[in-house]
Amino acid sequence: MSDHNYTPSSKFGKWFNDRLPLLTLANHLTDYPTPKNLNYWWTFGGILTFCLITQIITGLVLAMHYIAHADLAFSSVEHIMRDVNYGWLIRYIHANGASMFFLAVYIHIFRSLFYGSYKAPREIIWILGIMIYLLMMAAAFMGYVLPWGQMSFWGATVITNLFSAIPLVGESITTWLWGGYSVDNPTLTRFFTLHYLIPFLILGLVVLHIWALHVPGNNNPVGIDIQKPSKDTVPFHPYIVIKDLFALLLFMIVFAFFVFYSPNILGHADNYIEANPLVTPAHIVPEWYLLPFYAILRSIPDKLLGVVAMLSAIFILAALPWLDTSKVRSAVFRPLYKQFYWILVIDVLILGYVGAMPAEGLYLLIARVATAYYFLHFLLILPILGKIEKTTPLPLSITSPVLGGSADLAMAKNIDVRKEKL
Amino acid sequence: MQRIFKILFFLLILNTNFANSISAENTSKLLTTDWSFKGPFGKFDRASLQRGYQVYNEVCASCHSLKYVSYRNLSEKGGPEFSVKEAKAIAASFEITDGPNQDGEMFTRPAKLSDKFVMPYSNEEEAKSANGGAYPPDMSVLVKARAGGADYIYSVLLGYVDPPENIKLDDGVYYNKYMYGNKIKMPKQLSDGLVEYSDGTNATEEQMAKDVTSFLMWTAEPHLEQRHKTGFRAIVYLIILTVLVYFSMKKIWSRVETNV
Repeated sequence: MSDHNYTPSSKFGKWFNDRLPLLTLANHLTDYPTPKNLNYWWTFGGILTFCLITQIITGLVLAMHYIAHADLAFSSVEHIMRDVNYGWLIRYIHANGASMFFLAVYIHIFRSLFYGSYKAPREIIWILGIMIYLLMMAAAFMGYVLPWGQMSFWGATVITNLFSAIPLVGESITTWLWGGYSVDNPTLTRFFTLHYLIPFLILGLVVLHIWALHVPGNNNPVGIDIQKPSKDTVPFHPYIVIKDLFALLLFMIVFAFFVFYSPNILGHADNYIEANPLVTPAHIVPEWYLLPFYAILRSIPDKLLGVVAMLSAIFILAALPWLDTSKVRSAVFRPLYKQFYWILVIDVLILGYVGAMPAEGLYLLIARVATAYYFLHFLLILPILGKIEKTTPLPLSITSPVLGGSADLAMAKNIDVRKEKL
Repeated sequence: MQRIFKILFFLLILNTNFANSISAENTSKLLTTDWSFKGPFGKFDRASLQRGYQVYNEVCASCHSLKYVSYRNLSEKGGPEFSVKEAKAIAASFEITDGPNQDGEMFTRPAKLSDKFVMPYSNEEEAKSANGGAYPPDMSVLVKARAGGADYIYSVLLGYVDPPENIKLDDGVYYNKYMYGNKIKMPKQLSDGLVEYSDGTNATEEQMAKDVTSFLMWTAEPHLEQRHKTGFRAIVYLIILTVLVYFSMKKIWSRVETNV
């Protein structure tokens, strides 16, 4: 890339950069050639970075006031909500921030699925992304336990109990995780420690994720490689920076709406009841972003197999670059895949819906069909589709669709027309 | 044995969903009223909060605690906004146990603004034994702790009706149209004219239910007004910034032959 021959203009800059090439890095990040045809679905990477930083900063402040003790956690949260200056704001941003984070990550993942961003040469970016997603789920789950409300306690009990499904050593592992014979103070303190640690692990993985992205560069809506950087790309700054900022601000408006006007709508009322090991809530449900996997877990009658299915549903994503055999990346040129893509989206939404419903009768049946289809999509449909699908012709370069698919001569004309309008 | 217990436990968890869906069918649509705190510009009605405090104090406080609320909160902005003098007088009307003093003795003294609301019982067991085994929940965050929120609390207070014929109630259990499962251990509390409002408002059942629910909404969300106000400013600010950034973006991207 162009930054290989970058030299700082000042003498000190050169001296410093020879020893630690931070300026080269900064230069690379500003000049980073980005496909000019990226649409708004590509702004969620930046939005996710914002979410992570927001969670870390608000979390840091919360940790200054929170007390990780089974007898004090609930009241320390109330202390934050009532007596800490703007504590209510910090906590509501943190709690809703988790939901916003997942909203953004799901859009980011489904964008990748639509435009085939996981395909060669971007497999490592994708796998790092799945690892980030897994850690996000762990962090969110443990974070939900910390207020030590009823849903915290019983959610923790249900999820940690899943480990007891492991043959032979399951019971011992559960006891080891709990630090006792049930979810209790030792569980809370270790969850707090891990909840504090994981975001920094995620941050490290995000750095790798972006690093790996900057090797091949961004995929783009037509999914073909850059032919001529000078023609097909724009420098990251200011073009992508300002566009990401615009999208981020729109996202922040939605975020602010939740924080200020319905801060508890995404949570569960029971979590404002202090944890009580003797009273089981009528309806134990995880947070909305984990519901599809909860539905998969419950759709299998056997506990161990249910856990295996739930974990497979996540890990199968890591194998996606090899399960999808099509050489064409973007769904724009894959008429059949496009349809199956939308069926998968609907399937996951259905799983999320039945995950929130009682696992009986029709709901259970729907959950089973939807679970079966989820695996069918990845294990059968995708490998076969790549072999039999007749894709539509790809453009020669990403510049042509940007300009409405016109030939070069007409293209030049279009530009002239446009300039006249301005 | 333990394994069986665990499996049963797991099944129980899965099946409680079922029980919940059944009880949900028996619960009627919640009552509502014109809450002043609803909506993006919602504010508390001070007079209603002050009356609500009176209802809480005279009716609820004998069983229900408000352990996260302090007397000083009563005079703070965005709440009932009693004057500091009034709040001090309210606090001083309660005795709390403090200590130990220099002789190692516990002693009682009148409560101060900095004290939390005095609890009706010294512990959960005492509360239970005084109430036929049922624990009157702390009401500090009760509105947020029930699906349906303020409407639910309001409905339960007004939801005491004669039970349908096919339902048998044990001693000390009452039928409530809106309660989860319809059975409640708290007897009907409100009746017309139960309290005498100092501001002359007619103390109907609905009025008292509305006032005390508003008061409990405030105890659950003491910063609600500030949240609404800050939210409005934050969102207006964000919208203006978004528009500015939008035009900057258009300008910057006009240098390349593509649309954003």
